[in-house]
Amino acid sequence: MSVAAPEIRPAAWREQTVSLGMWVFLATELMFFGGIFMGYLYLRTQFAGEVAQASRHTHEWLGTLNTAILLTSSFSMALAVRFSQLARRETVQRLLWVTAALGAAFLAVKFIEYAMEWHEGLVPGLHFTIVENARTTALFFFLYFLATGVHALHLTIGIITVLWLSWRLRKPPFPDARADDVEVLGLYWHFVDAVWIFLYPLFYLVSLAS
Amino acid sequence: MSYLEEGFTLRSWLTTRDHKRIAILYAIAITAFFFVGGAAATIIRLELATPQGDLVTADTYNKLFTLHGVVMVWFFLIPSIPATLGNFLLPIMIGAREVAFPRLNILSWYIYVLGGIFVLYTLIVGGVDTGWTFYTPFSTMFSNTHVVEAAIGVFIVGFSSILTGLNFIVTVHRMRAPGMTWFRMPLFVWANYATSIIMVLATPVLAMTLVLLSAERILHVGIFDPALGGDPLLFQHLFWFYSHPAVYIMVLPAMGVVSEIITCFARKRIFGYRFMCYAILGIAGFGFLVWGHHMFVSGQSMYAGMVFSMLSFMVAVPSAIKVFNWTATLYKGSIVFTAPMLYALGFVGLFTIGGMTGLYLASIALDVHLTDTYFVIAHFHYIMVGGSVMAYLGGIHYWWPKVTGRMYNEAWGRMAAIIIFAGFNLTFFPQYILGFLGMPRRYHEYPPEFQVLNLFSSAGAAVLAVGYLLPLVYLGWSLFRGPRASANPWDARGLEWKTSSPPPKDNFVAPPQVDAVPYAYNPEVPPA
Repeated sequence: MSVAAPEIRPAAWREQTVSLGMWVFLATELMFFGGIFMGYLYLRTQFAGEVAQASRHTHEWLGTLNTAILLTSSFSMALAVRFSQLARRETVQRLLWVTAALGAAFLAVKFIEYAMEWHEGLVPGLHFTIVENARTTALFFFLYFLATGVHALHLTIGIITVLWLSWRLRKPPFPDARADDVEVLGLYWHFVDAVWIFLYPLFYLVSLAS
Repeated sequence: MSYLEEGFTLRSWLTTRDHKRIAILYAIAITAFFFVGGAAATIIRLELATPQGDLVTADTYNKLFTLHGVVMVWFFLIPSIPATLGNFLLPIMIGAREVAFPRLNILSWYIYVLGGIFVLYTLIVGGVDTGWTFYTPFSTMFSNTHVVEAAIGVFIVGFSSILTGLNFIVTVHRMRAPGMTWFRMPLFVWANYATSIIMVLATPVLAMTLVLLSAERILHVGIFDPALGGDPLLFQHLFWFYSHPAVYIMVLPAMGVVSEIITCFARKRIFGYRFMCYAILGIAGFGFLVWGHHMFVSGQSMYAGMVFSMLSFMVAVPSAIKVFNWTATLYKGSIVFTAPMLYALGFVGLFTIGGMTGLYLASIALDVHLTDTYFVIAHFHYIMVGGSVMAYLGGIHYWWPKVTGRMYNEAWGRMAAIIIFAGFNLTFFPQYILGFLGMPRRYHEYPPEFQVLNLFSSAGAAVLAVGYLLPLVYLGWSLFRGPRASANPWDARGLEWKTSSPPPKDNFVAPPQVDAVPYAYNPEVPPA
């Protein structure tokens, strides 16, 4: 990230500036997903039972597997942030590769899941064959595809950025500015992970509540 | 060498990262959109000169007021002061060389242009007829116009204001010059800071709402259409959660501009500086809690209505603090009636009328009568046009010497300010009466007994049009023939007046050091 060059600033100035920028951006992101959560809240309060029933059509084991994959990717990202503070360039680079690979694995599982849902006729508006509670189920899956789709888009952007950063770290030196970038990207990655932590129970586990 | 002389090619402008040049790019773009929206308003007022629908068809009329609303709200008013004067002045006023993220800043302008292209495309292929509010299920199920294209345009342009807001927040937190403490910042900076918080937190909600709306319209599955199991009230909640705070995006920067001008031309330190800061934050905060007052007759819970009504009344408290403090600043001041001062005083009067009538609309029982009448139209035009546009023009005049290095013709400036003030009142005051008598908004025909007041309004619109075209002429002329401006032609305080006119690329020759309170116009002001 390019930052206006200050005249005389303390060493931590850049790090604090870019991370404040990321935090403000994440506040925007939170409100962006907030629209979906409001829609979900409406659906869940109006049609509590039907939502729980519709949730049974999801593949909760794949969702659980993906939760594990994404949490692990956050772990390797957290390690990358720590090692970047220690200026261990090669370790950081490898950890970023692991993070990106786990992110890609998540997307792969997600698309297998999407394919299965397509064949099961769960895609509202395009291929929807559920008869029981058709409208509520359609609404549930409408929000499901929107929420997980927007999440997958964020993850894709995250993977591309992680790969780009890891490519920039392929040879020395390892300036402080790169370490700041790893840290800020880590914030973004954890945010995308945290959104999933909310999506997972709302869409996969809500069936257990009925 | 000034920032204007850093490069003369088109390329040097389109690839710039200088916040001052980006401000000018924005000013050119929003001025173009202002006249597009104004053209639509002109046809609307021509149509309403007679009770019969004789100039345009009902369908065309619907598209015209939708175009007017969409363009004026998202492509003019929202970016108006923050993206132009804010971009130019905010870094200078806090003694910074740049905004925190210069590349994001130019990106935000390109995003704005991209969104604008979508809206112009919508206009060319046939327009939208939903009103700027895109209410469902009409917009998702029944309208046969280009709703999705318009929604995409508004979705895109939202990200330009998010990026501007993000940049301002980080700039204010991290780029202040040594000694520029929070309570030494000019009120214009405070106002833009509070506005930025609203931009960052409210705009994404509108973005997601438009995604939901477009998905519902394209896929015929959705959460807003009752026929599909959805709820149109959900749309209204989400829409107004953005669009009410958006009103404060439009008016808070205007208040910032007016504070700067009044204290300068009253030659007196602003009265109650800290309360002005708190009032700005208070308006921004309460602004998030009042959206339901747009929905008193929508069928939302009666108790929700009562709470929203009470909270809306509370917004009047910080707003009144500001009006009282401007008035108290004028008291015993040595007032100079320059053109910017006339605009600023016009703002105070018109904002007060607009704000007071807002209290009528915040009262549930009265609102039931006034909802969807011209009273509402008059009310929000007093805030947005009488308020924001007056302040924007005042700011343009006040900082014109700083931005361009040229002086405009003061007599022409005063005349335009007076013409705009007169034309504005002639246009919109009759609409209060029309609304109170029951004339509904958004119809191209009306009963003949309303014609006299409508004629006043249309005549006023013609005066207003002249008033808005005048500055284009004499400000444009001053660019080439105006006398050179000194660094501080108004003898004003503030860091922007301590650098040359126009400023150098890095804003200051030497990094400024701040050691005093703002607005030290009277010499006896005690140190902070």
